[in-house]
Formats: sequence, C-alpha cells, structure tokens
Amino acid sequence: MQPFLTLGPVLLNWPAEHWRDFYFQVADEMPVETVFIGEVVCSKRAPLFDRHFEEVVSRLKAAGKRVVFSTLAEVTSKIDRRLVKRVAASDELYIEANDASALWHLGGRPHAVGPYLNVYNEESLEFLCANGARSVCLPPELPANAIAAMANTAAGLGCELEVQVYGRIPLALSARCYHARAHNKTKDSCLFVCDQDPDGMVLCTQEGRPFLTINGVQTQSYSCLNLVGQLQELIAAGISRFRISPQSIGTGSTAECFQAVLQKKMSAEEATAKLAETEFEAPFSNGFYHQKPGHRWCS
Amino acid sequence: MPPHPGSPSRTGLGSPGLARLLPPLPVFALQPLLGHIVASVAGRHPELFARMGEACHKHFLIDPTDLPVVLLLKPDPHRPELRAHNRGNTVGHDVRISGSFVTLLRMIDAKTDSDALFFNRELSVTGDVEAIVALRNALDDMDSTLADDVAATFGPFSRPVRAIFDFAERRP
Amino acid sequence: MTGLQKPELVCPAGTPAGLRTAVDAGADAVYCGLKGPTNARNFPGLNFTVAEMAEGVAYAHDKGAKVLAAINSFPTAGRTDIWKAAIDDAVSIGVDAVIAADIGAGAYLARTHPAQRFHLSVQAGASSVEAINYYCRSFGIKRVVLPRILTVAEIAELHSEIECEIEAFIFGNIGMMAEGRCLLTSYVTGQSTNMDGVCSPASHVHYAEDADQNLTTRLGEFAIDCVSCGQTTGYPTICKGRYDTAPKKGYYAFEEPVSLNLTKLLPDLMRAGVTALKIEGRQRSRAYVRAVVSAFRQAVDAYHAGADPDISDLLALTEGGKETQGAFGSKTWR
Repeated sequence: MQPFLTLGPVLLNWPAEHWRDFYFQVADEMPVETVFIGEVVCSKRAPLFDRHFEEVVSRLKAAGKRVVFSTLAEVTSKIDRRLVKRVAASDELYIEANDASALWHLGGRPHAVGPYLNVYNEESLEFLCANGARSVCLPPELPANAIAAMANTAAGLGCELEVQVYGRIPLALSARCYHARAHNKTKDSCLFVCDQDPDGMVLCTQEGRPFLTINGVQTQSYSCLNLVGQLQELIAAGISRFRISPQSIGTGSTAECFQAVLQKKMSAEEATAKLAETEFEAPFSNGFYHQKPGHRWCS
Repeated sequence: MPPHPGSPSRTGLGSPGLARLLPPLPVFALQPLLGHIVASVAGRHPELFARMGEACHKHFLIDPTDLPVVLLLKPDPHRPELRAHNRGNTVGHDVRISGSFVTLLRMIDAKTDSDALFFNRELSVTGDVEAIVALRNALDDMDSTLADDVAATFGPFSRPVRAIFDFAERRP
Repeated sequence: MTGLQKPELVCPAGTPAGLRTAVDAGADAVYCGLKGPTNARNFPGLNFTVAEMAEGVAYAHDKGAKVLAAINSFPTAGRTDIWKAAIDDAVSIGVDAVIAADIGAGAYLARTHPAQRFHLSVQAGASSVEAINYYCRSFGIKRVVLPRILTVAEIAELHSEIECEIEAFIFGNIGMMAEGRCLLTSYVTGQSTNMDGVCSPASHVHYAEDADQNLTTRLGEFAIDCVSCGQTTGYPTICKGRYDTAPKKGYYAFEEPVSLNLTKLLPDLMRAGVTALKIEGRQRSRAYVRAVVSAFRQAVDAYHAGADPDISDLLALTEGGKETQGAFGSKTWR
C-alpha cells in the first residue's frame, strides 16, 4: 500500500473565516490525501462552522481530497448526542468514529476509527474490523513494538493503520472546560473564551516551565510530536497513513516536509531541521514511540 | 492515583508530646528489644516480604519527631534489622517517614488511614516514595496489627504494653 | 424510600485483609484486582495473587458477599496473554463478575466465557445511552459503571433508556479526566495509566521542602504543585496540581484536591434506579475501608428504612479534608 499523509481534524476554536480559509488552503496546496473534518472536542463549537461546512467540503472534494467526518470524542449531554447522531447516522457520509456511541449509530457500516477510541490490541482491532472498521488511527501513546504488532494483525484483516506523526498530542478529555475555568466561567456560560487561543492556552508549572496546552475540555501536550525520523521504520512495519494535526501556523510547510520524506526527496535529518524553522514554536517530542515519557525527544 | 503518603520530614524535636512521658534511655539499651521485635514480627509474617517485593532491600528511617531517637528499619527477609540511633546522627537511608510518635503508632495499629494523615500533613515522607507505599500496603495486609505484634513480643508484659499503646492512641 | 430495591454496596479491597475488612463492615460486593498491569490500581504492595483472590472469593461467599474482579486496563498489543490469563483465572476461581473496559477484552470474555457476568468498567468511559447500549449489544454486559461526569438527573434519564444495570460512584477520589482517556501520566513518566494500570506512579513522585516548609511535589521532571506550610494536600496527580496560565497564576487548573461524597444524594440516586453504589479506594488502608464501608452500610440501610442517618464523620478521610458532589449535583461543576 502506497503510504500517504492525512490531515487530522482542526481541534482548536478558530474564527469561522480563518477555519474556512485554512481548508481552502488545504484543498489548493496541501499534499494530503485524506482530510478529517468536524468538531471532535466541544459540541458547543460545532454550529460556529456550520455555515462554511458545505463550501469547504465541496472545495476539498473538488481538489481530489478524500473527506472523512470525525465524530465528537466525549459524548454525554443531549447536545453532544444529537451532534454524533447527525454525523454518524447519515448514510451519505464516511465517518471516523471517536467513541462507542458513534459505533452504535454506524451499526456495522464501513467506517474509520479515530485515535480517541481505545484500540490498544489485536483483539480490539479484529472485533472492530469484523464490524465495519476499514482503518484505525492508533492511540498516540503506543510504542514502536506495539505498533508493529498491531500492523501485523491489521495486514491480515485488510485494515489500514494510521499514526499521528506531527502536532500537539491529545492527552486527555474532561467533562469540565478548563478554558472556561481559567476565565472564572463554567462550560455552560463559557462565552467561547477558547477562541482567544488559536493554538490553545499554554499551561506552565509554577516554576515557569511550559507543560501542557489547554483546548477547552481537551488537554494536549505542550510539545509538538514529530515522527519524521521514524517514517521509514513505520512504513517498514506496515503503517500506511500518517496524520498531521493542524496548528494555526506552519501546517502547510509541515505537510510538504513530510511528503518530501515519504517520496524520499528529503532526508529525515533535513526535514527535522526544516520543521524546526516553521513558525509554530514548540519543542519536538517523540518519547511515546520510544516507550519513554511522551514529552521527551530522542534523537 | 497513587496510594502514597508523602511529603518531607520535619526533623528536630517538635512538640514535646510523648517524650515527656518517657525517661531518657540510652540507645544501646534499646537494641536487644528492637532486635527481638523485628525478628519476632518477621517470623510471624513471612508473607509481608512477598508483598513488599523489591522494597525489602530498602532502608527505612522512621522518625518520631517528638522522641530523641530515630529508627532504621531494614526489612531484609533473611536478616531483618531495626536499630535505634540518636537524633542528630547521620543515618543513611532510602526513605524517611516522620510524624509524631502517636501518629506513627496509630498508623501501625491500623487505627487511622495513612493517606488521610498525609493529606492533613501529619505524616511526611522524603526519598523513595515507592518503597514506603509498598511497606504501607504490606503492613496493611496483616490481620493483626503491627502494634499488636510488637506488644506480643513482650511475652508476659504484652497486655500492659498494649494498654500503654491504647492510652497513647487516645491522646489528642 | 421503602419499596425501592435496596442498592448493592460495592466496596474496594487492595489486599486480602482489606477484602475481609470490607466484607465484615457490611459490603454486599467487593472489587479487587490481580497483581500486575491488568487493573487500574497497579501499585507496589497492592493487589492479589490468584490464590489470594480464590481465598477472598471463599471468604466473601461464605458471608453472602460477592467478589468482582477488576481487569480494567487496556491490554497492549504483543502482550495480551497477560490479560487473557487474568480473565481465565478470575473466571476459574468463581468471581461473581469481571469488570473490564477494553473492546478486545470484552470480545475475549464474551467468546471464551459466555456465561461469565461482565460489568463494563468506568475506564470504558461509556457516558451516553448509545455508548452503553453498544457494549450491551456487542458483549452482553450486565452492568455499566458510570463515569463520574453525569448529574443525578442525567443518570435517572439514562436508566430508562439502557439495557443494563447502573453502578455509580458515591465516595472517594475523583479523577478529573475522562476515565480510560488520560495519557497525562504516560506523557510525564513513560508509565501508562491505560496500559500499565498506574496513575502518578510512586516511583516518579518526589517531594521537596524549603526552609519555610513550602512543599513542592514533582512528578518526573515537572513540578505539579507547591503547597505552603500548614496547607492540606492531596494525591500527587497531575490533575490535582496547581499551575500558571495567561489569565491566572498558581491555581488548580483542573480540580482541587477534593473527594467525592454523595452521602446526601443517596436517596436521589436510589430513586434514579441505580443498582449498585460504589466506593473508590483500593489504594487506601483497611482503616479507611472499615470507616467508609460501615458508614455507608448504615446510611443505605437507614435511607431504605425511611430514616435519616448521621453521616457527618467521613470528612476526615477525604482528600485535602475537602469534599464535593462533583458533577452529580449540578451542571455548573463542568
């Protein structure tokens, strides 16, 4: 299988026009084969992008991108449930399921499985594939040996595996909104304060060390995952899809770097140096892959 | 979420508390008694060591902050040791647990929850937190309590000793 | 309150002595785990060998109590045989239910031991009707342990729409992150909550105190809290620490060190149709188990008999000496 790049869903709350223009740029310029789209983090944000949704999807499709609709990762309230139902119950859309409620609505139709649904082992993979899963994006904390074991099983199941290779790492979800909490508000009365931070709100230790990134109910790493140096190893293990998670700046040049390495037009070393020059400033990490603390960088 | 009490120890003689009740005692005079206690407990509860795992090989400094002595415990299954040292002497250790004598007694008598003591900062730990968690969990699995066992080592005097423990534990 | 079915009191046991303590204090069921990474409380000195769990089952059954085996972490590719063996062992010693979270573990349990009662662990994070019914249909789960993020009103509504029993937490530590979906420990220490069953492993916790008795708690390389002299503290977990963000400094960015205490909501939970009430704390001591289980035994019995129990003395056992009704009381918690 020819390996290719995918673009994960925008996880942050960007101004609607910014969001639209970003996807126009993806359609026009970005060397990604598949684009995941849809609100994964907070059901309150979803309506903000509704008016541009159709326009963005048709532009992406016209540009030859495969468009996959990602479902909400944490589903509790009535609004959450309605959002998942609207996306996942539709026969026309191809879905990336991010929780069990999406699987319920899918009822065995072919679909993708997102990184928020825990798929840590061969048996989970087999069960999901027997019930319609065609591709699975692995949890970000899986180390190399477990990824290889999964790839072994996936090959026999005709299932493609995807691994996030760039961007901040989604680490946790909560029922509580930590953006609202920082602004003395609650989730219900949040006034969408998360839109002040297009790349999330950095959380530092009291000693001043940047540690995590707050994105509403989601907690992400502060460091930026970068597996450009492991791409060839991952391909050899049988991984065929490589996910870039969008940031507000530098995503296009990042995708170009990764594409160049996939096409063997650039070495991993060159790419690492180039990626370090992009405008998005966060230290790189790849610890999870090496079975080390996730924030570490093993060169 | 971990089961550990932990926070640094406070050294030196804090509240006078129980120290006032006890006559000054030379450390060497305590040694035969301590050796007897640790050998007796170890003999009675071999399963403690299996539960402690690697922590058997650590050195635990037990620091009753209101007494003039500290105790060094080496729970080696083959050669368990408990030694008293004068407070102020440098004693090498992997982990130190400190609190008032009564707090420590209540803990080894399973009368109170050590996590709660830690939350209230009555108990503190420095050093190898994992070792103290293993020791705490192993002790907590004994059907009798460590305090009962210590009292039992006094043979014919076990009941008066147990009564002294009960008296001490009731003190506010 | 009378006329309603009396809920089952489900209590924690970290050790065999803890199990006997919980049973003697009035637990209807005790949950416990085997040593190793197969359960979400894989701490040093804690948990059961297979032989110890078998003895625990005999002890509990003799006194009319059940034993539920928590095998609720996520089996990792390449070493799933550890979890399969745990499931096989638990079934063979006659536990009353297996508590599991993973889809693969569920598939294995349903396929290999179809007669074994299966409870869906809180670690599965099934917080909606559709998610719960997905697990009911897929694996025939008999009970769901609900995530600690629903209000009592939402639980009541859920009850009427799902195909299995409900178990709800009523007391103990309250993690802030969605269960089964938190990689914070893994990010900081390299040991994983999901794969290794550890949250804030003790081996990575370090305490340091300055001359003014200000206490800094460190997990791995990161300072997760700084407590001044005289202040109470909580578990050294990332989600109970204090941090700085642009709008606020030195604050509990996720949650304060508090414990869940739903004593006052017990009648509402019973009316909402909850089958089992769960007490957290397999990592806590026998003293905690004895105190909390006895208190809740009395409270549940009293409410069931239509009386008003005295429930004032549990506060000392809570984290930081503070308690909360968490999400259960009101949506403003979110």
